[in-house]
Amino acid sequence: MCATQPEVITAMKIRTFGRHIKESLKSLGRNGWMTFASVSAVTVTLLLVGVFVMIMMNLNKVADDLENDVEIKVFVSLDAGEEEVAGLEEEISGLDGVESADFSTKEEELTDLVLDFGEELSLFEQSNPLFDVFYVKATEPQQTETVAKEIAQLEYIEDVEYGEGKIEKLFNFLNAGRNVGLVLILALLFTAMFLISNTIRITIVARRTEIEIMKLVGATNWFVRVPFILEGMWLGILGSIIPIGLVVLLYQKITEFAQPRLSGELFQLLEFSPFIYQVSALILAMGVFIGIWGSFMSIRKFLRV
Amino acid sequence: MIQMKNVYKKYPNGIVALNGLNVEIDQGEFVYIVGPSGAGKSTFIKMMYREERPSSGQMLINGKDIAKLKNRKVPFLRRDIGVVFQDFKLLPRLNVYENVAFALEVIEEKPQVIKERVMEVLDMVGLKHKAKMFPRELSGGEQQRVSIARSIVNTPKIMIADEPTGNLDPDTSWDIMNLFEQINSTGTTIIMATHNREIVNKLRHRVIAIEGGLIVRDAAGGDYGYED
Repeated sequence: MCATQPEVITAMKIRTFGRHIKESLKSLGRNGWMTFASVSAVTVTLLLVGVFVMIMMNLNKVADDLENDVEIKVFVSLDAGEEEVAGLEEEISGLDGVESADFSTKEEELTDLVLDFGEELSLFEQSNPLFDVFYVKATEPQQTETVAKEIAQLEYIEDVEYGEGKIEKLFNFLNAGRNVGLVLILALLFTAMFLISNTIRITIVARRTEIEIMKLVGATNWFVRVPFILEGMWLGILGSIIPIGLVVLLYQKITEFAQPRLSGELFQLLEFSPFIYQVSALILAMGVFIGIWGSFMSIRKFLRV
Repeated sequence: MIQMKNVYKKYPNGIVALNGLNVEIDQGEFVYIVGPSGAGKSTFIKMMYREERPSSGQMLINGKDIAKLKNRKVPFLRRDIGVVFQDFKLLPRLNVYENVAFALEVIEEKPQVIKERVMEVLDMVGLKHKAKMFPRELSGGEQQRVSIARSIVNTPKIMIADEPTGNLDPDTSWDIMNLFEQINSTGTTIIMATHNREIVNKLRHRVIAIEGGLIVRDAAGGDYGYED
């Protein structure tokens, strides 16, 4: 009497698992419209998640690329002689967080300007109003500001210029976008889970007698639960098929369109592979997760197993 | 083997179903539980397979207090207890064979064992020839025999029946009782709640009468004792 046989609980037999899979699939068909409704909800949610992730990851990439291009332009004061310039170069290169410091004379600067803006500027060759300049790169883009301020403290420095504010603005924009997107996606995830848990609840109600008998003849709690969890999982997986297909197709088109046009630009989009496969895996994982979580919510409430 | 010590049960709605009840039932006994509706019979019976837990007191089976049993261990307790109901509780979509086999499938018994055991008990209840039929194609008595077959298929040591003849005509009820006698003769304890005066009075066994959540009468070979 009261035989507690722990070895029975340990491994679920493969045969049993096959039975659970069969049961869960049958139930999908029986619940027809509810299955359709929750799969659609998951589809919409995951599609938005997929597109959102695609956009955010690429914006991040663009931001990274742009960041890496951020330089500090250091203007050397006019009273610095060659020796001082050499000294400065050493000092700047020696600073913490400086990757490189390239010197450019004011004549070179003017040549660049003329190249960019046209011959009219060559008038200035008589009395060059420009400064000798160092182009300094920080090892980490985030250090740009600190490095710039340190350089400004040095002697013979007229002025320092860098993408003040511009990087911050980009970051702020990205963060705001991310937050808005996250709220939207959380709301959608919640809806999808709610629909899934409703579908599972209908399944549970439909199988009440069966569950009652299962419990009376001594089925373990997991034995009762697993078919419902599997059903939730199928809903999630079914819901992720279309989003994955669309996201792959969409990104293929985007990369096909953008790659040639962006070649040689400062920033690039993420490569099709492995990025899109990672996004697909994420979509599938989220589908499975909301499916399982949705069914867990209704099982807990309705089965008390 | 079954022992209740000061079992008290108060439901959340305030109703006291059992009021400090004491009883002892030995292995192999056949016990009728009688008493008016709402006297606590159902709660009494539900205590034995841990459908309900006492609010206080001990519910011992083989010296173990099943009131303290962890929820996840309850299934293993139930595998040693067969339960039969007034409304049979058969699954309409499964045929006779599948209904009985279901009890063994959910406890993950081996397929060969399932086949053997199911045919064995169907033979015992006399429904071997109707194994392929569905519950709706059977009479009430036959359906109850299927549910009895299901309850004994994993050879429980205790069988609990809640008004098993409540939905059956007198003749059919006697068939069912013969089956219970047969099961009892193999050493299975039978605890049966009933309102059937004729059966209790003719087929004499221990009678426990419950009123107001207490045992008011407990007599070996007693009679039904109510006029209803």
